[in-house]
Amino acid sequence: MRRVLSILVENEPGVLSRVAGLFSGRGFNIESLNVAPTLEEGVSLMTVTTYGDEQIVEQIVKQLRKVVSVIKVVDFKDHSHVDREMMLMKVNAEETKREEILRIVDIFRCKVVDVSVNEFTIEATGTHDKLQAIVSLLMRFGIKEIARTGTVAMKRAMQFEQ
Amino acid sequence: MEMTGAAILMECLKREGVDVLFGYPGGAVLDLYHEMPNHPEIHHVLVRHEQGAAHAADGYARASGKVGVCIATSGPGATNTVTGLATAYADSIPMVLVTGQVHTHLIGNDAFQEVDIVGITRPCTKHNYLVKDLALLPRIVREAFHLARSGRPGPVLVDFPKDLMTQKIEFVWPQEIRMRNYNPTYRPNLNQLRRAADCILQAKRPIILAGGGVISANCSDILRAFINTYQIPVTSTLMGMGAISTKDELFLGMLGMHGTYAANKAISDTDLIVAIGARFDDRVTGRLDTFAKNAKIVHIDVDPTSIRKNVHVDVPVVGNCLPALQELNEVLTARLEANPMDIPSERKEWLDKLMLWKKTHPLCYNAKKEDLRPQQVLEAVAKIIPNDYIITTEVGQHQMWAAQFLEYKEPRTLITSGGLGTMGYGLPAAIGAQFAYPNKKVICVAGDGSIQMNSQELMTAVANKLPIKILILNNGYLGMVRQWQEFFYEKNYSHTDMLAQPDFVKLAEAYGAQGYRIKTEEDLATILPEALLSPHTAVIDVAVEREENVYPMVPAGAALGDMLLV
Repeated sequence: MRRVLSILVENEPGVLSRVAGLFSGRGFNIESLNVAPTLEEGVSLMTVTTYGDEQIVEQIVKQLRKVVSVIKVVDFKDHSHVDREMMLMKVNAEETKREEILRIVDIFRCKVVDVSVNEFTIEATGTHDKLQAIVSLLMRFGIKEIARTGTVAMKRAMQFEQ
Repeated sequence: MEMTGAAILMECLKREGVDVLFGYPGGAVLDLYHEMPNHPEIHHVLVRHEQGAAHAADGYARASGKVGVCIATSGPGATNTVTGLATAYADSIPMVLVTGQVHTHLIGNDAFQEVDIVGITRPCTKHNYLVKDLALLPRIVREAFHLARSGRPGPVLVDFPKDLMTQKIEFVWPQEIRMRNYNPTYRPNLNQLRRAADCILQAKRPIILAGGGVISANCSDILRAFINTYQIPVTSTLMGMGAISTKDELFLGMLGMHGTYAANKAISDTDLIVAIGARFDDRVTGRLDTFAKNAKIVHIDVDPTSIRKNVHVDVPVVGNCLPALQELNEVLTARLEANPMDIPSERKEWLDKLMLWKKTHPLCYNAKKEDLRPQQVLEAVAKIIPNDYIITTEVGQHQMWAAQFLEYKEPRTLITSGGLGTMGYGLPAAIGAQFAYPNKKVICVAGDGSIQMNSQELMTAVANKLPIKILILNNGYLGMVRQWQEFFYEKNYSHTDMLAQPDFVKLAEAYGAQGYRIKTEEDLATILPEALLSPHTAVIDVAVEREENVYPMVPAGAALGDMLLV
């Protein structure tokens, strides 16, 4: 099962390798990883998507909490949350296909952020699944390049019993 | 007052209560060594290999319960300690290693004797630091010692660049340390203790599994009182040997691959395991899906990751074993006051069964006339030195025999590499243990294979006039590997014959130690007492039966009940 974890860490040299090394050293899976500073100086937030059964994810969370540079770990399974990825892709767009591509862009509320004679560069944000859907729809036009972020996630302000 | 980085480090070590450190000089730590004579209160022990320094610090820590400290230079000096760090990490031993590092401006440039030791040791230390700003050094040292000794103990590395050692700065000792990201649980959760108490009171056939956590939490006395009050039999892991006296009536012997018949059978039969400071290593559990099938498990451990890592746990109790046992006792006392119970009669049937197993299947071996049996040698040792000894071991058959056939009446008397299984550990660890207890008899039980892995430390022992005894059970084989080849690899003794070996008596003498050779039962009666009671460093080379095996043995991956017996 796919799981999203957010990990608040001390922003010090080597902290990324402490977290990434924990995953590789213990044979845990890492699907995507996103790191950026927070508003608090010296503190960064990592968002990791991983997969594994209940017992493995429990171990991952416990092992992460044990890393001295880690301040806090949140498993989003326990919370109602929003999660988003962002993606840029360069798609073949010859004259005859442009209309259709723009329609898809519109339907998914993406943006064309760069345009040339034969190509659109499209910016898309959304859940992992939504981006997968966009990719599969645009595939037939020919995707020349793709760059995706990992997932970022945030707890919803209002939590209801799940 | 302005002080150099080197002086600040020594001052910090002193304030952390360090009185002995094990080390080896080199380019990047020259400034530390230059400073050392100004600190006569800290005794530096010059080893002959950095691995020896790490193991000696580890042995010192295990014997004394204090943090062991060692020093190595950058590059190869640092990498030589890695096995020592991994050994200490696997067994949760508090240790601080200071390594020299090349000049700050050279880091990353592939400078002479530069390695990224912080990167290399990340997975085998509890935490590590590279000192980038001298002003942070006192805080780093304080944190390093705090991390090493608190929570689940472990080794911490501080990498210290050479240029900072000569830099001068105002020394400020941080009065307290606050780490917002590190707050190990000390006291257990009361609700979980109540559930644990219910399990204990309901159990018909309970057993306690004592691990190294009992020893590191210094709660053997509390455990002893606990088992006597509630009449619960105890087995232990290799790391837990000595937590309860091996002579205690309620002690069933070690559990696991080379555990006793009574302990392994009891685990298959029990309806409640109370594991205290043990982590259910594969050498302890055997095949997992048959392990303690009929039992509930209460697991007390300071490290949450140990819980539910390998086995299903019904009642997890996170906390230091000492307050956990104390408070569990309080809960139980209250329960029993409300609902009195005749514990001895409740337990009688179960204990009778276990005592019968103990009696019918003791640890044993076939004594023969022609060759000395290694077990028989150890029994002779126990007769000559009945009390107050510390045993260290290397790794292999002799290690298991030492665990089986010697007595451990107190905690911290068996010092052995359990988790990592490091050959070459025993001799340097014996040096560390002797520094912790100058007046105790320290014996390193070794094999002819593993003693050769760090035999250079004989020089350290002799140079420091340490009366350590190195008892080599010499079978001319890498015995444990040979045993596996015999059982599981069609007796194909591929590269385990070690008859090409030095003359250990002459080797001892070359180092200035005494050398003794024992071949017969008569030698055992005459030479062994003299050798063991000698006031000097002595190597005792005992020729033993070559193909003796360690029994009982649970083959790797088999169920604990499926033991091969003598």
